Amino acid sequence: MTATCVPLAAAAMPFGLRADMAAALLVKSPGARTLVQDTGFRNGRCQGVPACGVLDRSALRLVNALLGNAPGTEVLEVALSSPVLVATEGPVRVAISGTLRGTVQRPDGSSRPIGVWTATTLAPGDALHLQPPERFAIGLIGIRGGLDLPLCLDSRSTCLAAGFGGVMGRSLQAGDLLRLRDLAGPVLDHDLCVTEDIDSATGPIRVVAGPQHEWLDPDGAAAFFGSSYTVTPQLDRMGMRLDGQKLSFLPGKTADIISDGAAPGAIQVPGSGQPIILLADAQTTGGYPKVATVIRSDLPRLSACVPGDRLTFRSVSIAEAEGIAAAHEARIKAAIDSIGPAFDPGMIEGRLRSVSLIGGAVDMARPDHFPGHLYSGKEESNPCD
Amino acid sequence: MRIGAVRSLADTAVTLEMATSVGLEASAKVSAALGAIEQAMASGALPGVSEVAAAFCSVTVHYDCLQITQSDLADRLTGLLGKVAPTERPEGRSWLLPCCYHPELGLDLASLSEALSLDPDRIVALHQATTFHVYALGFLPGLPFLGDLPPDLARPRRTEPRLRVPAGSVAIANRMCVIYPWNSPGGWHIVGRCPVPLFDITCDVPALLAAGDSIRFKPITREEFRDLDRDLRASGGSRDAFRVAC
Repeated sequence: MTATCVPLAAAAMPFGLRADMAAALLVKSPGARTLVQDTGFRNGRCQGVPACGVLDRSALRLVNALLGNAPGTEVLEVALSSPVLVATEGPVRVAISGTLRGTVQRPDGSSRPIGVWTATTLAPGDALHLQPPERFAIGLIGIRGGLDLPLCLDSRSTCLAAGFGGVMGRSLQAGDLLRLRDLAGPVLDHDLCVTEDIDSATGPIRVVAGPQHEWLDPDGAAAFFGSSYTVTPQLDRMGMRLDGQKLSFLPGKTADIISDGAAPGAIQVPGSGQPIILLADAQTTGGYPKVATVIRSDLPRLSACVPGDRLTFRSVSIAEAEGIAAAHEARIKAAIDSIGPAFDPGMIEGRLRSVSLIGGAVDMARPDHFPGHLYSGKEESNPCD
Repeated sequence: MRIGAVRSLADTAVTLEMATSVGLEASAKVSAALGAIEQAMASGALPGVSEVAAAFCSVTVHYDCLQITQSDLADRLTGLLGKVAPTERPEGRSWLLPCCYHPELGLDLASLSEALSLDPDRIVALHQATTFHVYALGFLPGLPFLGDLPPDLARPRRTEPRLRVPAGSVAIANRMCVIYPWNSPGGWHIVGRCPVPLFDITCDVPALLAAGDSIRFKPITREEFRDLDRDLRASGGSRDAFRVAC
């Protein structure tokens, strides 16, 4: 057997640069659960290894596009609260997803804002201070060049169940030093942002029939598609337990089946009759009937759910789901195409002052002042817009 | 080989049911299907397919729905497997795994003895005389589901699952046996402990066992367990030392 978990530092280092000169991010404070994730493990399922990977694949694509990274490059997935990261030994370019915002604090005490869907470069000593992700759900921090971490099963994702991958198979801890993997090419010095947000779908979560959809009796099917289910606090990367009308099975059908393959988004119904939506870290096979599965395009919406949210479900055919996936892909590509220079509050203020349009009564440099169309519509409209 | 049913699992995954009851015959069909699909993937005949995974009676094919539709994929898979002849037994390796049945490690031997009205020595004798087959890996990375447990040892799962089953525990329920590669919650009856690491991420194929393998357990003393456990932790390798000729 040959080892695949080889640190890539030596291979990735530009010629002649010493390893200790590599740019890195120092974890000042780790956040509640910050994990290295990418598109997940390959060919691990036959060995019982869950897929893992980020919960929001669309955000992974966009964050990496902002940085010029390959689409599946590993990122930091942040949950509940955000880490504080300090650039050391060189500039580090980072990008944040649409649920994160905050400030970059310079060593001299000054700071500048960083808004949603923005790539910015941290000079050595600069610290990235982010607010908790929107609604305390999740957010992604991308790093230009990726992280110098071992590759396991074609991935740098973290598998918490078995404690491997990512940074020693665990969440980040204070003091961790995250070295960059690929330092080739010049580092941009200006901010970029996505100016056309992927407006994610609203309304019921769309599902296709699961392998045991015919297990549900008419009452069960009516309850599942006709009532709403509340996201319970039993929510982690493995799954989301829901609470609502109990689902019942046809006579002779029980909650015990011969375990068969599972997938992220599969909705399984144990004996309690309360559905569980399996997520990225779910086990590879499931022994409960899987009555429906959330379509690929709506999986990112699940990642934004927090306990107390109410979900309703709508059934679509496989052909419809395939059409929705193509349309979703087109929206991601449009969002990537919209990436351009960010609105620079300081520069604009100076320009406006120079043409005497404003008298300084309106603070355009406020961190929350940002082009309105970048917000998802949940924020109050800014009276200055 | 005929596919019992093609079941859509997701808009990115489809499950092919190869058998309806767990056993060696199902295992052989699953193993043949898995091999054929892996070969077709390697030859480029299944565009968009990223992974194929096996369970007790079925295989699940994961794919990118932007590259291939499910109906196209299902047709290709049905055609492909139609040309595959099922083997009588799955192809696999043979293992002789050490297992310590000392009551300090076989935590449920006493309660099982009572429930089964069998002497603990008799339980151990029946367990170690059985040639088990790996039907599938699942639940946790590297965890093998082994069958068939002799009917005399069959018991339903514990009514109160343990919050922490120690890594290495060999446990039984119904007609199956598992080895827990990690500390984890679990509801099976623990009869002993195996010191051989079942999952090593530094290996090319991290899981020691694979579906189709067969396993016998070799009883070891508490002292032998302690020494083996220490040696295996220190060396981190030499897992293949427990392979035996078929």
